[in-house]
Amino acid sequence: MPKRTDINKILIIGAGPIIISQACEFDYSGTQACKALREEGYKVVLVNSNPATIMTDPEMADRTYIEPVTPEMVAAIIEKERPCALLPTLGGQTGLNTAIQVAKTGVLEKIGVEMIGASIESINKAEDRDLFRSAMDKIGLRIPESGIATNMEEVRSIAADIGFPIIIRPSFTLGGTGGGVAYNPEDLEKYAKAGLDASLIGQIMLEESVLGWKEYELEVMRDNKDNVVIVCSIENMDPMGIHTGDSITVAPAQTLSDKEYQKMRDASIAIMREIGVDTGGSNVQFAINPENGDMIVVEMNPRVSRSSALASKATGFPIAKIAAKLAVGYTLDEIPNDITGETLASFEPTLDYCVVKIPRWTFEKFPETQDYLTTSMKSVGETMAIGRTFKEALQKGLRSLEIGRYGLGADGKDFSDRQGRLPSLSEIEQKLATPNSLRIFYLRHAFLNKMSIQYINELTGIDPWFLYQIKQIVEFEQNIHKFNGAALPASLLKQAKSLGFSDIQIAHLTGTSENSIKKYRNLHNINPLYKLVDTCAAEFKAATPYFYSTYETENEARVSNRKKVMILGGGPNRIGQGIEFDYCCVHASFALKEEGIESIMVNSNPETVSTDYDTSDKLYFEPLTKEDVLHIVETEKPVGVIVQFGGQTPLNLSVPLSEAGVPILGTQPESIDRAEDRKLFQAMLKKLGLVQPQNSTAITVEEAVKAAEKIGYPVIVRPSYVLGGRAMKIVYDRSKLENFTRLAIIASPEHPVLIDKFLEDAVEVDVDAISDGETTIIGGIMEHIEEAGVHSGDSACVLPPYSLDAQTLNEIRNATIAMASELNVIGLMNVQYAIKDNQLFVLEVNPRASRTIPFVSKATGVPLAKLATKVMLGRTLKNLGLTSEKTPLHVSVKEAVMPFSRLPDVDALLGPEMKSTGEVMGIDSDFGHAYAKSQLGAGYNLPISGMVFISVKNHDKTAVTDVASQFHKMGFKIMATRGTSRFLENHDIPNIVVNKVSVGRPHVIDAIMNNEVHLIINTGSGEKTKCDGYHIRRAAIKFNIPYTTTIAGANAMCKGIAALTRKKLSVKCIQEYV
Amino acid sequence: MKAIIALEDGRTFNCRSFTGPGESWGEVVFNTSMTGYQEVLTDPSYRGQMVTMTYPLIGNYGINAEDIESDRIQVSAFLVKEYQDFPSNFRSTSTLADYLKAQGILGIEQFDTRALTRHIRKAGAMRAFITTHDLDPASCVKRARGISSMAGQDLVKEVTTKVPYFWTQEKPVYIGKDVPLNKNIWKYNGSKHSVVAFDFGIKYNILRCLEYAGFEILVVPATTSAETVKLIEPDGLFLSNGPGDPEPVSYAINTIRSLLSYCPIFGICLGHQLLALALGGKTFKLKFGHRGSNQPVKNLLTGRVEITSQNHGFAVNIDSLNEKNIKITHKNLNDNTLEGFRHRELPIFAVQYHPEASPGPHDSMYLFDDFAKMIRLKCQNALT
Repeated sequence: MPKRTDINKILIIGAGPIIISQACEFDYSGTQACKALREEGYKVVLVNSNPATIMTDPEMADRTYIEPVTPEMVAAIIEKERPCALLPTLGGQTGLNTAIQVAKTGVLEKIGVEMIGASIESINKAEDRDLFRSAMDKIGLRIPESGIATNMEEVRSIAADIGFPIIIRPSFTLGGTGGGVAYNPEDLEKYAKAGLDASLIGQIMLEESVLGWKEYELEVMRDNKDNVVIVCSIENMDPMGIHTGDSITVAPAQTLSDKEYQKMRDASIAIMREIGVDTGGSNVQFAINPENGDMIVVEMNPRVSRSSALASKATGFPIAKIAAKLAVGYTLDEIPNDITGETLASFEPTLDYCVVKIPRWTFEKFPETQDYLTTSMKSVGETMAIGRTFKEALQKGLRSLEIGRYGLGADGKDFSDRQGRLPSLSEIEQKLATPNSLRIFYLRHAFLNKMSIQYINELTGIDPWFLYQIKQIVEFEQNIHKFNGAALPASLLKQAKSLGFSDIQIAHLTGTSENSIKKYRNLHNINPLYKLVDTCAAEFKAATPYFYSTYETENEARVSNRKKVMILGGGPNRIGQGIEFDYCCVHASFALKEEGIESIMVNSNPETVSTDYDTSDKLYFEPLTKEDVLHIVETEKPVGVIVQFGGQTPLNLSVPLSEAGVPILGTQPESIDRAEDRKLFQAMLKKLGLVQPQNSTAITVEEAVKAAEKIGYPVIVRPSYVLGGRAMKIVYDRSKLENFTRLAIIASPEHPVLIDKFLEDAVEVDVDAISDGETTIIGGIMEHIEEAGVHSGDSACVLPPYSLDAQTLNEIRNATIAMASELNVIGLMNVQYAIKDNQLFVLEVNPRASRTIPFVSKATGVPLAKLATKVMLGRTLKNLGLTSEKTPLHVSVKEAVMPFSRLPDVDALLGPEMKSTGEVMGIDSDFGHAYAKSQLGAGYNLPISGMVFISVKNHDKTAVTDVASQFHKMGFKIMATRGTSRFLENHDIPNIVVNKVSVGRPHVIDAIMNNEVHLIINTGSGEKTKCDGYHIRRAAIKFNIPYTTTIAGANAMCKGIAALTRKKLSVKCIQEYV
Repeated sequence: MKAIIALEDGRTFNCRSFTGPGESWGEVVFNTSMTGYQEVLTDPSYRGQMVTMTYPLIGNYGINAEDIESDRIQVSAFLVKEYQDFPSNFRSTSTLADYLKAQGILGIEQFDTRALTRHIRKAGAMRAFITTHDLDPASCVKRARGISSMAGQDLVKEVTTKVPYFWTQEKPVYIGKDVPLNKNIWKYNGSKHSVVAFDFGIKYNILRCLEYAGFEILVVPATTSAETVKLIEPDGLFLSNGPGDPEPVSYAINTIRSLLSYCPIFGICLGHQLLALALGGKTFKLKFGHRGSNQPVKNLLTGRVEITSQNHGFAVNIDSLNEKNIKITHKNLNDNTLEGFRHRELPIFAVQYHPEASPGPHDSMYLFDDFAKMIRLKCQNALT
């Protein structure tokens, strides 16, 4: 059936900010959908609050609404745009949930909007556990014994029937938030309550535990003629009990015979039909009893997912793109397979390689929360690796993780190397039995300790097949080690490389250097070559150049004679380095295309747009290490490499690559070093007459104490060379300084600890600029809402600045231009300033793309990353038409989105350590409305009446009175704890006193639980982790009550609420702003 | 153990044997299924062929007693990238290497199977020689050139059953030597429809599917005459899959021709080709064949796409059946070759692909029910 002509305008709902369980993959799927639909001539209306996405670029849709993804706002967009159809299956769980709520408002019927892709009925059938259960019963498939509960009494009665352990799954949540495994009645009380709270409909399912069963996923596609294909099978190495997003997974399934696989395939197809997903992709998860092959259905997602993005990258079959085409009426046999160019999408990809996905966690950022994996997802990103064997792919994947590892082990970077001791047998057993982020590395220690596969299997539930693969790697490591100090036979070296060992590992094992292993390999001509991901295992000629490296005999790299440039991506998402950098890399690729230069993308993150085979002329899905990147350079011989867009990962490679003779485009490594190296940086500021906060460096704890005393407390302590403020803290006294310095030295042992004067209550400013080497143009000046001391990635910011005077702004501009010129910046540069008592301090300069580039580009309409790419290729800004700073008339606010609801026990206080996973943007004509939108986008519905609870530390009491009085004037009631209450009373602000938790009940948490509090202002030092403030902040998160932990934030909220009381929020697309 | 693969066109691959010393020869082909190696090994259609699996890790789930398609391994040699000697699956009873060794079949690994696959794709399926004895490339290539070619060879004779047997409860039950082949042989007169299945190299799963569809099945040798069939008086005739070139199997073509209007006929794979030849069609050798579990076939009667399991090196020329009272019912979406047809007047239909799967998807199982319906209808008409 050809495409539908009865519809012409389609609304796509995006996934909103990056959060745990919803990352770049929905930008990838949304971008594909936008492209696919517009290619077919449809008008696309898009809503997404996340400015760091490619999909929200003005060219991607006809009408782009960077507005909060809430039912009200989407309904308003529908009223305004009157689309013919709504496609809800491409924006993750957020898109699906929002679509359902929008449908409930009746606006779809009122305007006559058709839901395409999946009907409300089928979404409900898949998402509501009760309906799902009866659907599965109907087609004779087993799901675990279970019961649905909406209150604790039901919970207890169902639990009595099922027996422990019990899995708790809330209905309608993301990535299993609030879920858990209860081993006893005590756990049950705890997790069931949390689950009931987390569920949007106050409903949880209690489920028979299938812990330890093998877990599988199938990616299924169906068209309107009921043709169904399985795109990919995925086997989880980690068994049931660990969220699939937190599991190491492998494609295709490894330990299923054809009989078992076909049974699963039949079941998936039956489920698609029974649930009634008319068109598009779905993901079905199964558990298999390893003892007897019993199969149960775990769940089904009637939409594209993280796994479908992985499956697309693993197979070359673009699920989201095809899903969009199927939604408008095409059938699978009408859509060409882009990869082969000669066959159709109605087939099932077959792989002739092995794909391993490994999650990336950031437990190091949250020492308060336990490194413990459950059914609730905690990882923030993932990496994928492709190899001809599992062993090769696993080791490539591990070195792609950006955790400083170069394989499974034997790289000198293991925790045992750092601690200088091997883990004890009992420690290994404990780490194997309790799933955690380091378990894969403990598996190696288990084998080094001669544990048997059977015993490890009993401890971990990991299938013996995987354990044997790991054992083979460990045994081979021992083989290599025998040649420590002796000449390694070339045949052994070759074998090591095909098992995925990196030069660093081999060098470590043989007591030599990475470079000498490389030389030795060159001598014996042991080099990787490149094979194609072609969807068909070479049965057909492939048209799309999508490569992975391996050690084989036949090279399929297609080196052209064109002028080409290589772009290094950012690797897996983690806190501090996310989608913003992928956005920049994709823009670099677009710019190269515009300039007629061949683009070569290198990245290892399967969630991204950059790793779409459609984005660049060539895609190398490879780890971003010196060794792997150099191999590609040697094969492709690009005229240059772009390292300044992918964040810290490629930036760290700039010096080694440059030393190896690889031309770095744009700002040179010396300049990068000059900005990163304290001494060189100080000298430069001095030369330019600029000031930075007093500072010093220390190698030892004693030196640190001395330095801090000279500078004066409070000071900020941090290790050098880090991104995202890792291991950074503000300390107010000597004992804390000593403690923290010790930790900082562990975090970055080769570099000194930096000690800076902390400027209390200073205003922080971020500036992005672009320079062609001659001219520097300011891209945007962003004033932070939270004061200096809160990491810039966690602070809300506003463009243009709202409180700075013209003189300060000019001072900022001049300083920025002077530094860009001094550093010979060619490309992008980001500067962070602090302003205290009208004095400008330079905090940091980064001669590279910053996290704020997409936000600034969206706010000003200037595609900075694209222009920067062209500048790096030798164009001038003048020639590109950028001659002056663009200051928009509207106001844009960026707000950070925090992962606290996912991480129990973590304090929500903001500090110098970055903790946010994503961002949203609010745009409006005034600050108040723009800020209110940013809060709504981040998930906080600012109240316009009700009760404000205020409890602040002494330092903030004076400042808070002004805020309190404004709230009072707007008609809010004020509740405060005793100290704050008395202070407010003395300033004539009426308020109600409430007990602190430590004083006795009823206390503030009771008031929060009773829905008496609608906004929380709570500042604290965060020193005592389990203090009153901590409990209040956790309660705010739990009950989703808007809260702020800074006075500046409280002021902004006050302005936002004032704006809302004046005028309700309205919607406007970015095409209307420019 | 070191080994070498030598192709007739001179290309050689250094590799290793994972089954000890040995030599093997035949046509080298590739199969793109990611699962189902045991079914592939035991599929009689692979007679005379050395099969390369394109999925690199093979042996993962071991070998079990159930997943067999005939009573022995049929491939001449089995070629993989990385053999897995530590299987894991609840049904596994032995390793792939032990299974191959027990039947004297060579298992080869540790070479660039993708390079070999691409070579076959470009140059076509070809004769090859593999050995662990004499690793001299030139002499091995010479040996490869000495192997007789697939085209023109009757391989059916090597795989067909010597004596008739009933397929009952998923097992062959051989009939006694003295039991005469006539209509009295049937045990379920009336309660089950009877089918004579010509064994050109029949896969067990076809027999399982026929039994599941409710038939009483008598499997007969490929050389069984039309007269004998008429004596047995079956309600339907099934023509099985099998190895190699259909043209040299002329005795079967003649038999089929004389049975065309006798009773309903269903053919699969080689059976499809033989039926086409009996109807006056023509066959030809494909460059490298279709072998895998992901071949898209469009059912032209319903407009639906079936993902199918395939294993054939020869195909029926789609134009050769024009104006022969034949309706084309199935087409391959990859290369538009013929995948199935029906006679416009007689109750005859056939498919090139494998609806019985094993290995592969179950999308086309409906064909066995179609056969049952066709026979039921024919029998009803006969009664009225």
